[in-house]
Amino acid sequence: MNIFESELKKGNFMIPECPKCNDVVWPPSDYCSHCFGKIKWRKSDGVGKILEFSKNKDAFFCLVEFEKKIRVLGTLKINSKTPKIQKKVKLESCSMNGKNYNFTLVLI
Amino acid sequence: MNNVAITGYGNTKFSTEEIPIESLMLEATKSLFDQNSNLNQKDIDAVLVATNDNSKYLASILSELAGIQPKAAHTVESLCNSGTNGIVSAYSYIASGLGNVALVVGVERRNSPGQILEWDISRGEYKHPIFWGSIFTKSHKRKFSTTEEELAIVSAKNHKNARDNPFAYSNKVYSIDELMNSKILTEDLRVSDCSRPCSGASAVLLCSEKVASKISETPVWIKGIGQKTLSAGFTKSQDFSSMTSTIEASKIAFEMAKMNAEDVDVAEIHDAFTVCELMAIEDLGLVEKGQGAQFVKTLYETEDRKINPRGGLIGAGHPLGATGIAQVIETTQQLQGKAEKRQIENARIGLIHNMSAAATSSTVLLLES
Repeated sequence: MNIFESELKKGNFMIPECPKCNDVVWPPSDYCSHCFGKIKWRKSDGVGKILEFSKNKDAFFCLVEFEKKIRVLGTLKINSKTPKIQKKVKLESCSMNGKNYNFTLVLI
Repeated sequence: MNNVAITGYGNTKFSTEEIPIESLMLEATKSLFDQNSNLNQKDIDAVLVATNDNSKYLASILSELAGIQPKAAHTVESLCNSGTNGIVSAYSYIASGLGNVALVVGVERRNSPGQILEWDISRGEYKHPIFWGSIFTKSHKRKFSTTEEELAIVSAKNHKNARDNPFAYSNKVYSIDELMNSKILTEDLRVSDCSRPCSGASAVLLCSEKVASKISETPVWIKGIGQKTLSAGFTKSQDFSSMTSTIEASKIAFEMAKMNAEDVDVAEIHDAFTVCELMAIEDLGLVEKGQGAQFVKTLYETEDRKINPRGGLIGAGHPLGATGIAQVIETTQQLQGKAEKRQIENARIGLIHNMSAAATSSTVLLLES
């Protein structure tokens, strides 16, 4: 299991970064996709913005961008107001359920 | 580089039944041989099987079942555009001179493991294709004011076209009202917006110019090939109302064929979801960006079959690996004047658009009679 997954299981959203390119690497990998340099990890502040969204039953699911590069589909916390494009969100929790990663977001 | 022609084809009916993969690919191959009396097993230099099935060694298994001992036999996998990737691989064998005749069989079972890309963790818990389909749809609605009715018209047109396709999983025709009241899947998608996973197989024969005329009196030539893979993960796209890989693949194909979008008489479009048909015809340059819905409405009202004459994925069904091959067969029949009730008058140039995993990869082929 890689560092991203082992930390995600603990509820931590870790950012893979290439110190040589000074850039985020996404999806999580052992090496930078640009220079093949070894990745270093740091904790995310969890603040992102909504790029697009739709609704599945009672919950909005949003395509969210963190750190201008990391994009994930996550669930907006139930009973949230209708989201808006470019609106800021905070990652409230993250976890793993089987092979799937779960991201729960709140509007800020 | 040798010129490459399509000289034969065979299909199974697409269905929602569970059928063994070996039976499907052999049935399509038998159909191809039945329709090409000049073809002998000994003529075939390469057997390629395009599929996402987990079974191993399928090209060798098919070769044995069909009495073929080819120089090359292997599987090609690229999720939903496995079929056209198989065609491009076979083209390369022939164009390079490694062989003169290649059999390409696209095949899938209804419960294909190719429907969900487990690797794409950026999709979070939303790994099923309906979620990227919803994001594409919402984005297209937002940018171009696309309506639910306009999306339903895509589905209505393709089901209507599939009525005359003997290999479609269903020949049922639906009214726009019926489709607009079909089951809601998400805020932006109904069941009627989605293509249905199916079991099925389609087979084509590719030949070098040297042998094409010995096998077929009406060979159809592959004039342009464009492919682009931008990523594997869905969220890497920069614009969710447009498919960049399709734009780039079409540029490459048109350049190779020395053609442009105005030359296209008939097009097979990868309508995994209704919005994908609108996005693709816009991104391929067949219409201006944002004009796709109006164009499709006119096609529907005038019964013009220029786009997806066999019913597309929505009307005919979507057995992943077979889809790209079935698209090539339809286009070949159109250019040969053998598409029966589906025939577009004087079709001379045809385009095939086949893509995978939320358009992270696209293939565009241009055929000429």
